[in-house]
Parts: sequence; C-alpha cells; structure tokens
Amino acid sequence: MARKLLLEKANVPGIRGYEVYRREGGYASVEKALKNMTPDQVTDEVKKSGLRGRGGAGFPTGMKWSFLAKPEGVPRYLVCNADESEPGTFKDRYLMEFLPHLLIEGLIVSSYALGSKATYIYIRGEYAWIPDILEQAIAEARAAGFLGKNILGTGFDCEIYVHRGAGAYICGEETALLESLEGKRGNPRIKPPFPAVRGAWDCPTVVNNVETLAAVVPIMNIGGEEYAKIGVGKSTGTKLISACGNINKPGVYEIDMTISVEEFIYSDEYCGGIANGKRLKACIPGGSSVPILPANLLLKTVKGEKRMMNYESLSDGGFPKGSMMGSGGFIVLDEDQCVVKHTLTLARFYRHESCGQCSPCREGTGWMEKILKNIDTGKGKKSDIDLLWDIQRKIEGNTICPLGDAAAWPVAAAIRHFRDEFEWHVDNPQECLVRNYGLAHYADPLEIATPA
Amino acid sequence: MAEEKKLLKVTIDNITVEVEPGTSILQAARKIGGDVAPPAMCYYSKLKGTGGKCRTCLVEVAAGSTADPRPMPKLVASCRTNVMDGMVVKNITSEKVIDARNGVVEMLLINHPLDCPICDQAGECHLQDLSYENGRPGTRYEFARRTFEKHDLGPYIQLHMTRCILCYRCVFTADQLTNKRVHGVLDRGDHSEIATYIHQSLDNDFIGNIIDVCPVGALTDKTFRFKNRVWFLKPVDAHRDCNHPGCKGKVTLWYRGDEVFRVTARKDQWGEVEDWICNECRFEKKKTSDWTIEGPTKVSRHSVISQGHYVGVQRPQEVLYDVLDGRKPKLLMDIHSVSEVNRPDIDLSKIEGPAHSTDFKND
Repeated sequence: MARKLLLEKANVPGIRGYEVYRREGGYASVEKALKNMTPDQVTDEVKKSGLRGRGGAGFPTGMKWSFLAKPEGVPRYLVCNADESEPGTFKDRYLMEFLPHLLIEGLIVSSYALGSKATYIYIRGEYAWIPDILEQAIAEARAAGFLGKNILGTGFDCEIYVHRGAGAYICGEETALLESLEGKRGNPRIKPPFPAVRGAWDCPTVVNNVETLAAVVPIMNIGGEEYAKIGVGKSTGTKLISACGNINKPGVYEIDMTISVEEFIYSDEYCGGIANGKRLKACIPGGSSVPILPANLLLKTVKGEKRMMNYESLSDGGFPKGSMMGSGGFIVLDEDQCVVKHTLTLARFYRHESCGQCSPCREGTGWMEKILKNIDTGKGKKSDIDLLWDIQRKIEGNTICPLGDAAAWPVAAAIRHFRDEFEWHVDNPQECLVRNYGLAHYADPLEIATPA
Repeated sequence: MAEEKKLLKVTIDNITVEVEPGTSILQAARKIGGDVAPPAMCYYSKLKGTGGKCRTCLVEVAAGSTADPRPMPKLVASCRTNVMDGMVVKNITSEKVIDARNGVVEMLLINHPLDCPICDQAGECHLQDLSYENGRPGTRYEFARRTFEKHDLGPYIQLHMTRCILCYRCVFTADQLTNKRVHGVLDRGDHSEIATYIHQSLDNDFIGNIIDVCPVGALTDKTFRFKNRVWFLKPVDAHRDCNHPGCKGKVTLWYRGDEVFRVTARKDQWGEVEDWICNECRFEKKKTSDWTIEGPTKVSRHSVISQGHYVGVQRPQEVLYDVLDGRKPKLLMDIHSVSEVNRPDIDLSKIEGPAHSTDFKND
C-alpha cells in the first residue's frame, strides 16, 4: 500500500467540517510555520522538498516562489488556480470537494511564505457547488482564528477570496486567469513580464495549482527532506492521478510515483484492469493535451524499460516516443475505441476553447477540426493527413500561450502513432462508419533497436 | 544633466544597429528599414498595449545577449520583445521564420473572404501586402468560410466582420482615444467578433480613427464606400484650423480630378497614422475650400498604391547587400544543394563576375 499524504484522511466521516479536520491534526502546519519559521524558511522547505507544480508543466514550486519580486510598498498576491478544465482531469475537484480545509491550510502557509495578504481561489464556473464548500471552510477557519487579522497572534493578516470563473478553459492559463480575475476578457498576456514580476493588478503574483498548494501541508508537517525521499529522482512526493476511460475502477488515486504504468492500470488497488475484459489500445497519461501513446509504447519505453508513473519516465523518448505527466488526467482507451474520433473530440474542444487572440490557434484549431471531421465521416483524403500534420506544426510554438501547443500535440501524436488507422479511415469510407479499426498492432511488443 | 543612456547593440539579419534600451526588436528592425523590418498586422506603435497577437512578426533570436548568448527556444514576437545588448536576430535569413510566417499568413487567409475586387481597402490593405510577400499561391482550405451576422455601427463606419483579422487595434484605439468604448470583442475562438453588444452606433469625436488603424477592410468609411479605388485617387497633404482640441487638422486629401473623395490621417512609411484626426475633419470637410493645400503626399509604402505614377515616390531602402554581408545578391540559392559539379569549398556568391565552368573544375 503506497504512502498517502493528501488523501490519507479523505474517508474520515465529517472531514469536510472544521471540527473533525482539526481533530485529525489539521492546521498543525499553520501553527508550525507562522509561530516558528520565517517566510524564507518556509520557501526553503518547499525548495528542499523538490515539489513540482501539479498543474501540468511540472515547474519546481520552490523555484517559482523564489522568483517572486518583492519590491517595497507593493502588495503581493497568491492565486490558487482551481480552473481545472483539462478533459480527463478531476483531481482538484476531489480535493476541494472532500478536503476543503486541506487547501485552505495550504493556502495560509503559502500566503505566509509569499507575503500575500489577499489570496484568491479562481475556480472554474462549471464547479458550481464547490465555491459554497470552500466559503464554508473559509468561514470556519476565520472563526477559529486562522484567517483574518493577526492570525494566531503572529501579526500576519490574510484573507482568502473565492472567485468564480465563467467557464473558459483558457482561464486556466495563468495570465488569462489573472486577466479574468481583474474582471477583463480572459485573454492570455504576452510574456515577459511574468506574473512573478507583474501579475494581478500589476503586482507580483504567484499562481499555483490546487494540488500543489495542498501538498505544502504535508511538506510542512513531515519536513521538506522527508518529503523528497518519497518518490524517485526529481519526481518527489505523491501525485494525484484522476483515472478515467475504459477501466474497471475510475477515480482519483494518490500514487508515490514509484509504480509502473502497467501496475497502475492492472492492479486492483488502482484502476483494476480494462473494463469488460477488453484489451488496452492506447492511453493519454496526463490530461487531454499531452501526446497519446499506443499500448506498446505506454507500457515500455523505447529502450525496453518498464515505463513508470513519474515525470521522467513518462516523458522518456521525448515527444516522438514518449508523452508527459501533465496534470494527471489518465485516460485509457480500449480496443473498441477509434483514435480518429477521439482526436476529433479533442480538436473540437480546443477549437471551442481557443480565446481567438492570436491567429495560428484561432484559425488552425477550427481547420484541424473540420479536416478531422471529414476523415471521421469517411470523406477524407490521404493528403488530408499530411495537411493536418503541417497545420499542427505551424500552430505549435507560434502562439502566445500554451493552448496552441496543447491543441497541436494530441493531433501530432495521433498521426505519429496511429497513422495507419487514419489511412484505413480514408481507404474504407463506408466501413469506417460502421466499425472501428480495432486493436491492430498497437499492443505488439516493441522492436528494441539493438546497438550496432 | 541627464545621464547619457547606454545604447544597445543588436544585430538583425547581419546588420548591426544601436538602439536605446527598451526598444523592441521590431522598432530596431524598422530603424534599419527595408525587408529587414518584419511585417506587423496588429502592432501599432502609437497605441499602447498592441501587438503580439497576429504572429506575423515572429523572428528567431539566435543569441539572447552578450551576457547570455543562448538562443531563445521558440520564435518570438518581435513587436513585444525588447532588445538586449549583443542580441542576434534572424528575420529574413531564417528559414524557420519564413516557414512560420508562411503558416501565419495562410491561417489569416483561410477565413478571409478574399473579396478584394469589391473591398474599399484594396490597394492599401496590409493583408494584401502580407500575402503577396509571404503567402502561398493557392489555398489548401476546402471548407466554407466563416460568416457573421451584420452589425450596424452608425452613419460613418461600416463593419465587415468577415474581413476582420482580430488585431484588436480598433479596441485599443477606442480605449485610448475616446472616453468611452462601446465596441469590443465578443465571443471567443474562431467565432469571436468585433461588435457592440447592444446595437448602437459609434459616435465619439475620434472614433473615425479606427478606420485608419484597421489593417484590412473590416472597418471602412461609409462616406467613401464604393466611390472609388484608392489607386485612382491622388493623395495631397493639407491642413485646416480645427477647433477640436486634440486634432491638429493635418490630413491627406484623396482627389480624383478636383473632387475630394475622402479624407484620412497622414500615414508614415509603416502605414501608421502620424496624427489622429477628428470626425469633423474626416467626414464633414470634403471641399477643397475647407483646406489649405500643402502639396502632393510622398508615397513611401511599397504597396499597390505606390505603383501609381505619383510625384516623388520614395522607395524603401535596399538592404539585401547588407544582409548578405556585402556580397552581391546574385545567388540566393546555394548551388551546393542542387549541383554536384562543384568544388565543395567554393561559395558562388564570393567569386567575381559570372560563374564559369572553370570555377567548378576539380583540378
């Protein structure tokens, strides 16, 4: 049984309320940090832990915090990114819904470390019922003296505000989130300047994911060095994975990044195998925008090693032969799924969610969707596949924010690994409407190139 | 005494210039001029906060600065990236840039109606110039182009949303020139559009300037609509004493015969307005007697309009020699990549005179 740090108490009855949470040892990290440590010591502890941002990019959190500009007389802000809109990712929702006090606790400690007196939780509009849960938790924490003026008599003031988004994927991009928080249209800003220098209302700002901020609590409780011992290499600590798709037990799992992908999918402790006794065809290991991998490349890296559930191993082989940890939205496809249709679904999503600010993403996402729709409905041409490849190549890297990349990568990976399935769709326009390509050779053992 | 500002050296396409700190790569390139200056569809030096959106001005930064000579991993928007001392930038000498720009032009055009034959902007349209210079001959787009419901913006300004490339310039203009912005960008993604949310007309005294800043024919002058093609008109500089504070009354009159067809602000060689003008000057004063004529406008933009036989056309400076390091631009193609009858060490652009068979002799 793997060690749990975040979800350890998730099943305690009444943990959503302050009384039970406090009885189970909650808010100990606030007392520890505010009474015995300086803000810099807290930041150092997070640095030592090797915690990496859980929102998708995996940037070291301690380093991000140390980049925060600290000019005199200018307020600093901490913003919690709860705009979890990546298809397939629902770990933050689980945390906020069942352990709201864990997030509030992490926010207070992080606010103290960063000197933020007004901290915001930007939550996506679709999570309509969660702001009430969070506001309840904030009110309880304030009543207990953990928020407001002069917290625990230490002279530190902090308020937490919950801000509801209006339901836009793009507002999960940190600068678009800040624009939206300021009450403007959620268009990503052009960087530099980065939010650490000029963020919300032109003041230095740190934007962190919900899970990242929640992970600060166990780091403070057990110490950064102890936290860094969990996991492997630069993938320290535990990670929440939201598994979905054709598996027996979809849900949110906490893993310590030392297990293999194969174990994660097939063991009863986690996903419990593929549903209905089908075979595994493909998987997106980190939320919809990371490259899709066929079964053979998913379970073994191109070197023939077992692929593990951590940042390094999942990205082993780079984009041609690997994928990314991303935000932990683990989407499993069985042999009955059609990769073309699946790619079309993602393309439609990105087309709908593009903010329309810069031209390659605005026009390219719509174009890709139309071509994919043609291929899916049997009206495609062979040249369309090459055209798709060219379009995604011209979007990737040429846009203001990573949404362009996120829209291009799934298409690129699908063509790269499943090109014959696309070609089959073009060659069999009638047949592709009534049946799927099936598993084909996507689970065949990899040919390991032996060094000459 | 003011402290002397340290100038930064930046090399763009093999040409080095010295610029003040805080200058963008695009501004530095415009200082060199000619083909080295990247095209800009959304950036407008007179409007704060513009740029970065259209991605046509992408350049490759081959070396970040003297202190940190690492190249930047991605192409950067030159309009919003400031130069550093010792920066090395590649614009037209980078294949990556040419390729990316080609892609951007294609993306801009896939939903553009290409109704140039009936568009009032034709001839002075930045998208036309851009696609002539960087576009491909045909389109690969096989779908119906995007259309929008019509919006009426009042008696002066005609909106053709299908032509819009969403540069946001008109939004910034209304924000910075007028006291109240009533139009903006609605919706998102490829269905976003410029409109007033509740139908109302734009009637601010300076709102006419959004016609001048629009790089395409999305916002056109209703008083000039379908009256004439711009290349048949003769631009003449003129001024009048305008009572409106903020308007200097310096304009360009566009004549055909002795009739003034339209009045616009004066534009510089990058197509940017020199001084904003008020609606009265632009829409109401269309008689020669309203104006003091200064003389023919010096046309310096290398657009279709300069193909007309105007007095004193200023050609853009030729920079190809400098880009090629002083060599003559007789061979832009590398012969080594197409021919095997050569000496591998010879660079054709370095030999004097035309190349002969002797230049390729192996012995």
